[in-house]
Amino acid sequence: MFKLSSFFRLNLDLFWGRLFGILTAVVACLVGLILFFLVRESLPVFHELSWKDVFSKSEWYPMSGHFGMAGMVFATVAVAWGALLAATPFGIGCAVFMVFLAPRSLMIAMKMILAIGAGIPSVVFGLWGLTVLVPWIAEHQPPGASLLASIFILGLMILPTVALTSYSALLSLPSSLRQASLALGIGIKGHVLSVALPAAKNGLVAGMILALARAAGETMAVLMVSGNIAAFPSSIFDPVRTLTANIALEMSYATGQHRAALFASGLLLAICVLVMVVFAHFFQRHRIHE
Amino acid sequence: MMSRFQKRVGFSFTTVALLFFNAAATAAPLKLVLTGSSTMAPLVSEIAKRFEAKNPDIRVDVQSGGSSRGMSDVRSGMADIGMVSRGLKAEEGDLVPHTIAIDVVGMIIHKKNPVVALTHQQILDIFTGKITNWKAVGGEDRKITVVNKAEGRSTLEIFLSYFKLNNRDIRAQVVVGENQQGIKSVAGNLGAIGYVSLGAAEFEEKNGTAIRLLPLSSLPASAENVRSGKFPMARPLNLITKGTNSDVGRRFIQYSQSSEVRDLVQAQFLFSPQP
Repeated sequence: MFKLSSFFRLNLDLFWGRLFGILTAVVACLVGLILFFLVRESLPVFHELSWKDVFSKSEWYPMSGHFGMAGMVFATVAVAWGALLAATPFGIGCAVFMVFLAPRSLMIAMKMILAIGAGIPSVVFGLWGLTVLVPWIAEHQPPGASLLASIFILGLMILPTVALTSYSALLSLPSSLRQASLALGIGIKGHVLSVALPAAKNGLVAGMILALARAAGETMAVLMVSGNIAAFPSSIFDPVRTLTANIALEMSYATGQHRAALFASGLLLAICVLVMVVFAHFFQRHRIHE
Repeated sequence: MMSRFQKRVGFSFTTVALLFFNAAATAAPLKLVLTGSSTMAPLVSEIAKRFEAKNPDIRVDVQSGGSSRGMSDVRSGMADIGMVSRGLKAEEGDLVPHTIAIDVVGMIIHKKNPVVALTHQQILDIFTGKITNWKAVGGEDRKITVVNKAEGRSTLEIFLSYFKLNNRDIRAQVVVGENQQGIKSVAGNLGAIGYVSLGAAEFEEKNGTAIRLLPLSSLPASAENVRSGKFPMARPLNLITKGTNSDVGRRFIQYSQSSEVRDLVQAQFLFSPQP
């Protein structure tokens, strides 16, 4: 009897193991297929120019055969990291306030507001940026559509994501930590800075990676406020063009080499995100071993 | 066994086919294929929808892919009608153009900009970065923001060919995609200058958006000047056919040029060739 049930359980484990194995393989294959598709579609453009040209030049005139994307790669990374750096202090501050300081009713209200904020479509942020933020910056530092405007809008967009994931990370800490702090007579400030935040580091970083990937992949909002100039910006008030905006801006009318070049910028974007995620992953591992 | 099955299938196919032909005898299912300009495809698709509703026996298939595709498809017989968003050249005399709309581009500045007109040379100098302050053309002391269009857009092509510019010579501060984005970018910046489809600009100007259309070569951007062919920054949108044309093709072209589709032309911010 005992033997029989353990046999079934073993088989059941095997079944579930295989099922989840297959599901995982499907997801991995999907990502692989997307990469393969991007490579295949962008291949024609690499008959004419080398990776070196793509990375070292920032002259983007696809109709006359200039496909430099260095400026756009820089813009993509700068906008995403800028937005993350701007949103993180506010996001984690929000989370700390909600978990440790706010009365219950205020905490619930804030959670709802953040959830609504996370659900606002990006095009709404973009429209607000185009009609309010950009004209305001333009009054002081024309043209207004700039790296700064993009970072501001994207920072606003990912703030709820950072805040909500940080909130979950802090909330999932064992209550024994708080009790130990209380027992040792450590105040809120000491508990948050030296106990809670270090203990929740993994969850916090995971949330930041999520926000970073969202910022790097964001298209519509950035397209409307960044100015879309493919060159390297010389200041934060200069316009920039991200790889995503580049695709959205030109894909509907692109043919031939131009279209292939747009797929190449999609491929570059995928590589950028991959590098950022791997970087964040190693950063996270490193911090754990500390 | 197998052959009997095949026979039976063959028989039923014949029956169905006979039934179909009986039904179709009164209304032959005709198909019309149009290929070409991506600027024209949205308008022609709308026209085709209305044409199909009035002629249930005709199917119209509209595919974009560029004016040159439309041209070669008509020549090779792959398409009945081509969509070409420019006038035909002298060496293209084997094809017949039928203009269904005119695509016009107008220069816009912010409503509060005191500058009332710019010369051809001044616009050239502004877009190539030789003039960077409105003071140099009689305006306020304010930095100029040049709003250009993204590569591949038809408005960019019209603008470049009129001013005989290469896109690499343009020193823009903002690049936009759709007309709406261009209009909002100019309306939100006192020092901005840009160009968009004239129909869209007229519509927004009338509805109180903070933009103003500039005259070109001292001609105001008006519908009369467009139709008479005087307004310079414009191009015809043509349906093209080979010399001979089927009855259905002729009917579709006539319909596309008739007053019944005028509202569709205007909805795309284009101008009808006839008043």
